[in-house]
Order: sequence, then structure tokens, then C-alpha cells
Amino acid sequence: MGKATVIPFGPQHPVLPEPLHLDLVVEDEKVIEAMPQIGFVHRGLEKLVETRDYNQFIYVAERICGICAFGHSMGYAETVEQLMGVEVPDRAQALRVMWHELSRIHSHVLWLGLAADAFGFESLFMHCWRLRERVLDIFEKTTGGRVILSVVKVGGVVRDVDDAMFAYIKQVLEGLKDEYRQIMNTLLTDTSVKNRLVGVGYVSHDDAVAESMVGPFGRASGVNYDVRMLGNGWYGKLSEFQPILSNDGDCYARVQVRCLEVLQSIDIIEEVISRMPAGDIEVKVKGNPADGAEACNVLEQPRGECYYYARGNGTKFLERMRMRTPTSQNIAGMTIALKGCDLADVNNIILTIDPCISCTER
Amino acid sequence: MAYFAKSPWVIHYDASSCNGCDIEVLAALCPGFDAERFGVINTGNPKHADIFLVTGSVNEQNISVVKEIYEQMLEPKVVVACGICACSGGIFHDCYNVIGGVDQAIPVDVYAPGCAVRPEAIIDAVVEAVGILEEKRAAMKNGKEA
Repeated sequence: MGKATVIPFGPQHPVLPEPLHLDLVVEDEKVIEAMPQIGFVHRGLEKLVETRDYNQFIYVAERICGICAFGHSMGYAETVEQLMGVEVPDRAQALRVMWHELSRIHSHVLWLGLAADAFGFESLFMHCWRLRERVLDIFEKTTGGRVILSVVKVGGVVRDVDDAMFAYIKQVLEGLKDEYRQIMNTLLTDTSVKNRLVGVGYVSHDDAVAESMVGPFGRASGVNYDVRMLGNGWYGKLSEFQPILSNDGDCYARVQVRCLEVLQSIDIIEEVISRMPAGDIEVKVKGNPADGAEACNVLEQPRGECYYYARGNGTKFLERMRMRTPTSQNIAGMTIALKGCDLADVNNIILTIDPCISCTER
Repeated sequence: MAYFAKSPWVIHYDASSCNGCDIEVLAALCPGFDAERFGVINTGNPKHADIFLVTGSVNEQNISVVKEIYEQMLEPKVVVACGICACSGGIFHDCYNVIGGVDQAIPVDVYAPGCAVRPEAIIDAVVEAVGILEEKRAAMKNGKEA
């Protein structure tokens, strides 16, 4: 056995789109411990609730993370609506679900590309990002933005979508489905991909529960937990769907779970569009959150459960706004997955938890 | 025309961006916008890079990382601030942990504003950066400081 050596990994590293620092304790080629260090992206935006009123803060909430931007604005708006007892019109809720599921497709396909890049499959990376542009085109046509959409407001949504646009979205998704199936086929059946992923970075079901892992990372270890099943908002009105699970707990299972979730999201969007209720897209919100009123809310982000808490103080500013984001739950699981792996697999494992550092640090 | 204009290599670092600009930087290099057809290649090695794309504002923890990457790059080099956070701090300018734009840490040559910055703006900024790179190279060739 060799002597233990500490190898620093990050914050600037070719495989990481975001800064994350790891101290890897390595013996020969085996990682025996990984110590993460975060704080490179901390901005302190929760404190901005003291200087931005509850309507303005939605734009700050959206910029917690550029990948799950829509989810954060939706989660924040739902929390404030609960706080003030606002009933959001059906159509606005359905539109929110549609955009949220579109962002899930965008996030998962983006991630599949990055994962492909991490195991050295550059052309697959490019193909994934090519497909993702179609979803961004839908965003741009319906909201005007590509990644930061700014389309949610407290009490509803800012823009309506007409029938011609729904037909266009359906048509794009139909084309996307066919091409996506080809890419998925490569990701899930290609021998070189399997060689890199199967059996790597194993996390058992018990560990996943003990570390309260959420999202696709947890579901790949058999944790049957998907916040969409709670039926918040319009999710409760959808026909029944099941969380996608796998019991293998390795990198391959994580890729598989996310691959299948994209198809599930396409089905959900098609259902939402076909059953889109008519009516208003917003209600006027008047007044301020009451002093001492509290609300909490959960939302299934592309990376897992995100928890929101808000407290009012009778003015237009909130007293406190707090989020607990999926990656902060999953980092503990990542250190388990890294224990005992080969040094060459470290980038694969880090990527397959789909870390979103700017969510985590805010 | 020197080799820079044919194939500028870029390095990207996320200072404290929200990811929005990061994925747009990558999107600019991927199919759809495809800056690679102009020879722009993303590298992870500061020693290989000519253009430094920084997204997000600097804070106490990452200011040393930004400075270090800049110092490791070889002359001539150009810095592009991608997105409004990298230009001035943007929506987060009054957060307690934000020092300000990237120009607080290193000299910035091109500013590409936007929240999130659009891939077209990034390509424009890189094209402008290539021009500055050529000027700096010419100045170095003539024995002057860049």
C-alpha cells in the first residue's frame, strides 16, 4: 500500500462548469476520502429580501441558479402566494407546470451532455446540446428569454401562450422525441459508455436514505421520492405517473433515471397542453404579507426536492426567505460515492450527482 | 494575419455566476451558435488559452483564483467579462459577499453585458477580443509593453 497523498481538485477544472473544490485523499490510484469545500459562488442573496420587496425579489430568486431558473421563480411565487392566501388561476398554474417541465428537459439534456463530456464522449456532448437548443427556442418564442425567463409573477404568470404556439411546441417536442431516443440509445447501450459507468460510484439504498439524498441521485439508489407526487399546484390534476426508479445506485443508473425522466416530462407537457384550461393568467395581488405569517413549500426541481420558507413582517419586504436546495442534500452522498473509487472516475462521479453549486451556495 | 485570428483558444471560469452565463458560454461553442467553426476552442488549461472568459462577480474567496488563472496565462492575453455580474455586479451588486465586477481583480478588455448574456453577444465579444489580441501581439513584437 502506498502512502496517502492529498490531491486538490478544482475549483478551476476542465470537467467542472462551476467552481467546487475537493481535497481527495488518495492511496495509489484509489480515493479513500473526499473532502468538499464550497463557498466560491456565495453571494448572500437571501439577505436581499430586506432591500427588495416581495414582487422584486422574484427576479433575484430566479437568479439563484441559471439552470433551474424557472423552478426557483415558481417555487418562490408559490410560497409568497401561500403566505398571502392568493388563489392562482388554473391556466397560470398549468402554464407554470408546462414551463417547469420544459426546464426539466433542458436541464437533463444539458446534464447528459456534460456527463458525456466527462467520460470523454465529445460528439455525444455536442448532440445533446444541439437538442437542448430546441427547448431554448420554445422558451425564447414563449417568454423572450433563453435561460432566465422572468415569466412568473406573484399571482400568476406574465405572458399567455396562444393555440398556434401550443401547436408549435407539440410539433417541436414530437421531433425532439425521435432524435432524443437515438441519443438515449447511445447513452444506455453503447459498450464504451457502459464500461465507464456500470458499477462506478455505488451508493446503497440505506446510505441514500441516511444521507437524505433527493432527486434523480436518490431515485437511482431506489429512494422512491418525487415531490411532484404530492400533487402541488397543477401536478395534482395530471393523470397518474410514477417516479422513475432504479436500484443499481451506480453512475449508469443515474444516467438511466435522467434519460427516462426526459421522456416522462415530454408526456406531461403533452398532457398539460391537451388539457390546458381557459381563463385568466393572473390575479391582482394587493397588500402585504401579514406580520408573523409563515409559509413553506416544496417543489421538485430537475435536481430534486427544493424547500422554500418565507416569513412576512407586515411590510412589503419579507422578514426571511430561505431555500434548501437539492445539491446541498446531495453533496454528502457524493462523498460516499467517491470513497474507494479510482482517481480517473472522480470526474464521472461528481458529474453524475448533477451538482448545482450556485443553487447550493446562493 | 497571425495564428490568433485563426484560432483563439478560450478558458472559462465561473467566478460567482448563477450558471446562466456559464451555460450560454458553452452554448456559444456548441451546435446552434457553433463558435468552433471560427476556430474558437474551449480549453481547461490557462497556459493554452489566449482569451479568458469570466462570468459572475468576484468575492473574497474566488478573487485569488481569478487572479491566479490570469497570471498563469501567457502574454498576450485578453479578458472578456461575460454577463452583467462580471461587468459590474449586476443584480447582486449590493450583496454583502460581492466585491464587484471582475475589473476589481484583473484588467478587463471587453465587456459583454446581458442577464444572461446572449451567445451572440459572447461571439461578438470574442471577435473584438481577437482584434485586441492582435494589437497586443503587434506591440510585443515591436518590443513595447503590451
